Amino acid sequence: MNDSIKTLLAASGLGQRYRRRWALSDCNLEIPAGRVVGLVGPNGAGKTTLLHLAAGLIAPTTGTVEILGGRPGDGPAQLGRVGFVAQDTPVYSGLSVRGHLRMAEYLNPGWDAGLARRRIEQLGLDPGQRAGRLSGGQRAQLALTLAIAKRPELLILDEPVASLDPLARREFLRSVAGTVTGHGTSVVLSSHLVADLELICDYLVLLVASRVRLAGDITALLAAHRQRTGHPVTLDDLVVGSMSQTGDVR
Amino acid sequence: MIRFTWLQFRAQATVAAGAIALLAVAAAGLLHRDDAAARPWLGVLVLVAPGLLGMFWGAPLVAREFEDGTFRLAWTQSVTRTRWMAVKLAVGGLASMTAAGLVSLVVTWWAGPLDRAALNQFATFDQRDIAPIGYAAFAFTLGVLAGALIRRTLPAMFVTLVVFITVRLAELTWLRPRLLHPVLLNLALNPGSTGYGQGGSLLPVAFSNPTLMPNPPDLPNTWITSTRIVNAHGEGLTTGVLDSTCPGINRGRGGGGGGLGGHTKAPQAVVNTLQDCVAKIGTTYHQALAYQPASHYWPLQWYELAIFLGAALILGAACLWRIRRG
Repeated sequence: MNDSIKTLLAASGLGQRYRRRWALSDCNLEIPAGRVVGLVGPNGAGKTTLLHLAAGLIAPTTGTVEILGGRPGDGPAQLGRVGFVAQDTPVYSGLSVRGHLRMAEYLNPGWDAGLARRRIEQLGLDPGQRAGRLSGGQRAQLALTLAIAKRPELLILDEPVASLDPLARREFLRSVAGTVTGHGTSVVLSSHLVADLELICDYLVLLVASRVRLAGDITALLAAHRQRTGHPVTLDDLVVGSMSQTGDVR
Repeated sequence: MIRFTWLQFRAQATVAAGAIALLAVAAAGLLHRDDAAARPWLGVLVLVAPGLLGMFWGAPLVAREFEDGTFRLAWTQSVTRTRWMAVKLAVGGLASMTAAGLVSLVVTWWAGPLDRAALNQFATFDQRDIAPIGYAAFAFTLGVLAGALIRRTLPAMFVTLVVFITVRLAELTWLRPRLLHPVLLNLALNPGSTGYGQGGSLLPVAFSNPTLMPNPPDLPNTWITSTRIVNAHGEGLTTGVLDSTCPGINRGRGGGGGGLGGHTKAPQAVVNTLQDCVAKIGTTYHQALAYQPASHYWPLQWYELAIFLGAALILGAACLWRIRRG
């Protein structure tokens, strides 16, 4: 493993403007590889923008971002290293589950067909079913399967559980956690609920109003807070407390 | 990427293939060549096919990805989006050209005997042979570009249709007559077949002065692009010259020597006045014709194909540029 791979995400002066509004500004981050990163913040804080920049779907207005040492979306090799599950888990509604697996097989040289087939079987999905007729939870699992079976080094998930019921939510997060332990994949997962992240994340990035408010190893963040104030807090309290502050806490 | 494109495209391709097969069967077995209505209808089919392909294959190609949000799925696979766009354009473009080419082939074959008897091959120029292939390539890439710029399917379909019709009309009325040098022909004015009236161009009647209107001669399989009345110096007949040579012609409006002037039959006196006038004008003026001869038909077909294929390539490059910018 060379040095650059030790950094999962490195952002410097990163900013993204849509017309006149800055969706993300002055974002500086250095996240080590091998972590499960929770990206948390209220709606409209810039989470999706940061993840789209990381996936190479958009190019930044200012600054730079590197993913695993490479420029996002820069060529098929870099695209193959990142699995992306977009918000609302879009799939082709007219295409069957089997069709989606075939699509991903055609488009990804590193495709693990056995892994994909096993997952679809375990989930009990009918391969002939059109994706447009799947439930929200099934669709999210299909999208996750497509992202996992390309065997990425980094899995990016944008609010994957936001529209799922509590049971499907726990199932989905368990699937993600299983991938991390099974393949050593790094994960960046966004949510506006701390409770979702607490289950599987060990690293936290808090975005508020287009800026990074808090970033670091969760254990270290909690320990630092305890040292500063003299009493322990939950992650939820820490996040809510930081959100109401104005300064930059690291 | 080609296999994936086919995976997504095969339903549309199957529908088109079925429709063309149906057309071929109908043309071969069911439509009699003495059915007068079938020929223009089949011509219209060839005429609208490229526009339909642009609207229903081209416009949704990128627009639907944005509408459904699936671009986030498509563009995060291990294929750059430039390649994604290039392959989609190539496969869809070739399929559109094939579809329009086959429709044109069937109709050209079916109407062949009728076309040969009609001796007016330029009247069906854009409904036969290879020109429709170029229109289809152009309409398809135009649709894709509209979808990539507008990102919504219905508005993109509408814009595709409007721009396609505008470009086709502009090419037909302005560019095509200028592609090859016409044959020039001078003819004496024939009092028996020259009328008086106005219009005859795209200008509304109110904006053109009434003048003599010679009935063009019958030149089989040619395309007469202009008929003018000029003197030996090539100067056109002005209203002033006409009024001074034939005083009072403006009052007898509506007369027609060759039955051109109106639907009601003009009184004999008016007809005589006009014929005298044409004879007088004819001593110094003649009819100057410009036309594309039958031998220009195939060169013009190839030009037409090349022009629209070239335009399609430029639009395709614009699609790639737009998609790369994200």
